[in-house]
Amino acid sequence: MEFFRIKKDIPFMRHSLVFNAISFATFLLAVFFIATRGLHLSVEFTGGTLVEVIYTEAQPLEPIRTALAADGNTDILVQHFGSARDVLIRLPNRDDVDSNGIADRVMATLHKMDAPAPELRRVEFVGPQVGKELASDGAMALLLVIIGIVVYLALRFEWRLGVATIVANLHDVIIILGFFAFFQWEFSLAVLAATLAVLGYSVNESVVIFDRVRETFRKKRGYTTEQVVDHAITSTISRTVITHGSTQMMVLSMLIFGGETLFYFSLALTIGICFGIYSSVLVASPLAIWLGMKREQFVKVKKEKEEAVV
Amino acid sequence: MNRYPLWKNLMIGLVLLWGLIYTLPNFYGEVPAVQVSSAKATLRLDPAAASDRVANALKDAGIEHDGIFSDAGSVRARFASTDIQLRAKDVIERAFNPDAEDPSYVVALNLLPASPAWLTAIHALPMYLGLDLRGGVHFLLEVDMPGALTKRLDSTTGDLRTLMRDKNVRHAGISREGNTVVIRFREAAQREAGRRAIQDNTADLQLSDRDAGADDLRLVATLTPQAQQTMRDFAIKQNITTLHNRINELGVAEPVIQQQGADRIVVQLPGVQDVAKAKDILGRTATLEVRMVDDTPGAIESALAGNIPFGTELYSERGGGPLLVRKQVVLTGDRLTDAQPGFDGQTNEPAVHLTLDAAGARIFRDVTRESVGKRMAILLIEKGKGEVVTAPVIRTEIGGGRVQISGRMTTTEANDVALLLRAGSLAAPMEIIEERTVGPSLGADNITKGFNSTLWGFVAIAVFMCLYYALFGVVSSIALAANLLLLVALLSLLQATLTLPGIAAMALTLGMAIDANVLINERIREELRNGSSPQAAIAAGYERAGSTILDSNVTSLIAGIALLVFGSGPVRGFAVVHCLGILTSMFSAILVSRMLINFIYGRRRKIDSLSIGQVWKPDSN
Repeated sequence: MEFFRIKKDIPFMRHSLVFNAISFATFLLAVFFIATRGLHLSVEFTGGTLVEVIYTEAQPLEPIRTALAADGNTDILVQHFGSARDVLIRLPNRDDVDSNGIADRVMATLHKMDAPAPELRRVEFVGPQVGKELASDGAMALLLVIIGIVVYLALRFEWRLGVATIVANLHDVIIILGFFAFFQWEFSLAVLAATLAVLGYSVNESVVIFDRVRETFRKKRGYTTEQVVDHAITSTISRTVITHGSTQMMVLSMLIFGGETLFYFSLALTIGICFGIYSSVLVASPLAIWLGMKREQFVKVKKEKEEAVV
Repeated sequence: MNRYPLWKNLMIGLVLLWGLIYTLPNFYGEVPAVQVSSAKATLRLDPAAASDRVANALKDAGIEHDGIFSDAGSVRARFASTDIQLRAKDVIERAFNPDAEDPSYVVALNLLPASPAWLTAIHALPMYLGLDLRGGVHFLLEVDMPGALTKRLDSTTGDLRTLMRDKNVRHAGISREGNTVVIRFREAAQREAGRRAIQDNTADLQLSDRDAGADDLRLVATLTPQAQQTMRDFAIKQNITTLHNRINELGVAEPVIQQQGADRIVVQLPGVQDVAKAKDILGRTATLEVRMVDDTPGAIESALAGNIPFGTELYSERGGGPLLVRKQVVLTGDRLTDAQPGFDGQTNEPAVHLTLDAAGARIFRDVTRESVGKRMAILLIEKGKGEVVTAPVIRTEIGGGRVQISGRMTTTEANDVALLLRAGSLAAPMEIIEERTVGPSLGADNITKGFNSTLWGFVAIAVFMCLYYALFGVVSSIALAANLLLLVALLSLLQATLTLPGIAAMALTLGMAIDANVLINERIREELRNGSSPQAAIAAGYERAGSTILDSNVTSLIAGIALLVFGSGPVRGFAVVHCLGILTSMFSAILVSRMLINFIYGRRRKIDSLSIGQVWKPDSN
């Protein structure tokens, strides 16, 4: 079996302006949604209490809302979680109430209700101090990844490739966030982890291509920079598709079998993988060319030697 | 030409064997067990002696056990079934707690790994499951450092007042203002005298002048950064020790109590469902009281006979006999500022050094002057029940607030006493800032979900690889399986906490790890396409793909490490597995698969073709 039977190098770089325009448009759209709709942050970031219970049979939400509101709770979020039997209750932290016992009080209220008593599945209470820290830690982690990757690529290849790669992949991160803002999916710590993992992963893609670019510069002397990049992308395209296909199979499996907890995690990965291919192949390479990537940057030493021989 | 030297094959083989052994315990599951631990802060469980007691109690009752294990604070016995476990619990309960009203030990039902003894002996344990997989409670507590500081400064204010009086320095008032203590003077000479008195007395205070007018001269005292740091460390250690003692009482199998950051403590109680009770126990405070012992001849005998003299109470001494103690409280733990184990300056015997605040020191001096030769008892009161920690004889009058308890003590005992005394005093208040409870059914669900995701994802990838790359695909799949094996073995060995995000990371890492094999296989195909001989294609494929694999894994590793450094909770669980997985994947994808390919093709002199699926050549079309 061989999926890719390509006779000639595909002229990707001829259309580089189009690819960049598309990705710039998506980027702007994502920024727009993040700015206007904002992210639906989980309790981990906002602070508050989350109670998950399971009933023996399907449970309507309205009575729960009324019962909790009668207890003096405000801003309650009550929703089904996975099935009609699972109920998720989310309450914000309030200054005037001791947040510590909220979960116990909620359970007491639910037990008093006119319905069979539910079983407690999960409680999460996050104090106001913690949330802010998580957000700043997340930002720090992102910064560390960016600096680490740029420095590594600059050392291993060339600073232009480092910068091109990180710009291309950061725009993936923004697009993932854009999706979460548009659909108002819950942005939790796990999603943050997925986003950063995807960042590291799609950088791989650029590394594989740039590795080929370097090799082609050394081997094929007559090629222009565009031709070299086209050749590099064409000869790795089979690996690109198969690798991402395999990773996506794994992620798909999590999407199907992983349940609610892993759902948004694998969703973020899916978006990240799809846009990761696009941006690291078709955005990073033109960016590197525009930044002035040339043969001389890769084959300096050899040239000097030749001159000496002549 | 494609052969590994013998040592390399042996090394890979040994690593895989090691992986297999350390993965094994995960397949045995768990068996019912009974755990015995101390129920009282003042009682230390001796593992060896307690093991013997458990063994004897079971033997006498004719109950068979599958082994008794002990660690520093508890003894556990395994049983074949839950029926036997329940019977054994009753037997052990009776043996250890003859008085059911006042239990000295906690006897709790538990689960233990069922792996055979030889695996446990080489520390091959099952993976350590996080709370989201096994169910339980997680608390993040924050120690109220500003509160502790205020408390400390309040007592400093009292100390300074006494000091000024003792040194005959006239002042116009001492008060705490925010995080400073301000002393007012009318005359500069008195301020100088006051400054000298304080500097001679303590090195913990930083002094500066502030003048609000000609006759309102002020001396402002702040705690030195060093003293503040010591106070913080002290407060957090103190709270952790106290929590340890309390949590033993819950009979939790493997509680986690760890410091996190400068002023936080993580408490994880696997298997605990009763959050309210857990909170109650965490929040309870112990108090310390100093009282005099009633040494009247004959009084103790009549008390034991049931006739307790008026104004006294009967307590038992830690590790000793009964003691008759007066009801009147001389001092409480609030007056105690520190308790440290150490040595007697003259005899070099182990001793406990206590420091009292100014008011405490005065009371103590008065009491000891009147009672030389008598005994005083220091009681730790928890759950409304008191126990005498130590009952030393007063040898001389003790002034200055520095007290030493020594004699008939080992170093360990001195440590224990100091710890207990501290537990009853000082501990800074704590607040729960994060709480997570996971029910047992959700934990089990999460395991199933995580397992199924990984399994089906793995199967899908393996099937595809075998179809697309034929024999090379089979080898890649085996390498991927080896990766999983090594990852699980490494996690078991390190006992890193496995959480649901951790399982997700395991699945994701497998999905990413296949990249290395795809790179290699594609490279070999390309070499064949360019006309290389099969053997040369294998060699070139592995060699050229190697550097690319390294580069791409390093970038993934950078992301993983960033998550590890800045992540907390679920993110850290993800990052640990992710980073380890990247390391194992490089080993298995390059070395294991190459070894297998070498075994298959390396020995043959002439190969017509490689079983790597169809290699399409543009020319042949």
